[in-house]
Amino acid sequence: MLTKRIIPCLDIKNGRTVKGVTFGNLQDAGDPVALAGQYSSRGADELCLLDITATLEGRNTFLRVVEEVAAAVSIPFTVGGGISSEQQVERLLSAGADKVSVNSSALVEPGLITRLADSFGRQCVVVAIDARLEGGQWQVLSHAGTRPTGRLATSWAREAWERGAGEILLTSFTADGTRKGFSLDITGEIARLVPIPLIASGGAGEPRHFLDVFTRTGADAALAAGIFHYGVHSIEEVKSFLKDHGVPVR
Amino acid sequence: MTQQIGIVAYKAGNIASVVNALARLGQNARLVSGPAELTHLDKLIFPGVGHARPAMEQLQSTGMDEAIRAFHRPVLGICLGMQLMAGYSEEGAMQGLGLFPGSIKLFNGRSKVPHMGWNRIYNLKTPLFDGVEEGSHVYFVHSYYMPENGSTIAHCDYEGPFAAAAAHKNFYGLQFHPEKSGAAGMRILQRFLEL
Repeated sequence: MLTKRIIPCLDIKNGRTVKGVTFGNLQDAGDPVALAGQYSSRGADELCLLDITATLEGRNTFLRVVEEVAAAVSIPFTVGGGISSEQQVERLLSAGADKVSVNSSALVEPGLITRLADSFGRQCVVVAIDARLEGGQWQVLSHAGTRPTGRLATSWAREAWERGAGEILLTSFTADGTRKGFSLDITGEIARLVPIPLIASGGAGEPRHFLDVFTRTGADAALAAGIFHYGVHSIEEVKSFLKDHGVPVR
Repeated sequence: MTQQIGIVAYKAGNIASVVNALARLGQNARLVSGPAELTHLDKLIFPGVGHARPAMEQLQSTGMDEAIRAFHRPVLGICLGMQLMAGYSEEGAMQGLGLFPGSIKLFNGRSKVPHMGWNRIYNLKTPLFDGVEEGSHVYFVHSYYMPENGSTIAHCDYEGPFAAAAAHKNFYGLQFHPEKSGAAGMRILQRFLEL
């Protein structure tokens, strides 16, 4: 049986991990390669590296980080942040990334999803959707959650799949940072709408939240940052809790 | 043990990951793209991600299809590489290299496609899986699969059982990605190097 995946996300700026980390045996918590290695050896099923640098120089630094992470870990990883062209994707995949995630650029130019799927295979095209509950509806945001797009999360997820997305990464900006759990309603709704793997993100604060998202929605994976970075709960702890409650994990 | 390992370099390759994994095992590899480059190799790895038809066409245009068939030392096909080593494929409705019996089929869509993530492999056969625990989790990403047949040396379940690995003569195939399958995957690659 296919297991549910737990995916820690690393925000990277100018080649350094941004959020604080409290692994006891990790000398340099800002080193993304060391951190990726730690997560990999502690049971992460996959990693997500998000480039939050805006400069060209930062982008080249990120590419080197991708190369080093690819050399260090033997689990798959997705990279994202500011990806808008085939050339960028080509470089990132050649550097050793397994999948790329596109967000704002796909909202501006939805045809990008199809071009990437045609060039590289849909299995490596992840469409990231940032959504917020406004007036009873889940609206899609772009540019790191700063701009409303007027699109509904459900219809955009469906369109992204139709255009060639191989996986959807849904982040609830309503739940993000609250540590009160994933947004189960929209996650469940999108899981029913699209026949491709769905990663739920935003709101994880304790192991039970992962159990909820896996038993009450059709999510295939859950992504989290803060809960793991700050050492509140470890990946092993979350996975053993899931296993005890009958959820298949590695 | 220093060996000459070649990795078939063509458009459908997830080559960086395979090179990296071999490097972690202390093994260099070189990329090969033409039949003449196969002469002194001890082993050949045939990776692949993407669509079957363009991959097969590229192999045919360089003569690598015949060269792989004629290679007498161990060959390891990974993911699409394994599928291209079988017979008829529903993907692109075309003939593969015919090194494994049977054909390649599309998952029927009762579950999500692609089959993406970590799944268990079982009924593991020697020698590729020596020292690999029954029920180990490995990483899969694929929409087509090889039904179980006489060449199957590892099984997996998704919409029913299918071949996670195959072997016939000197030819081996893995449907999953050993280079992305953590410690279990590294052990399988090590076993291949030791063949």
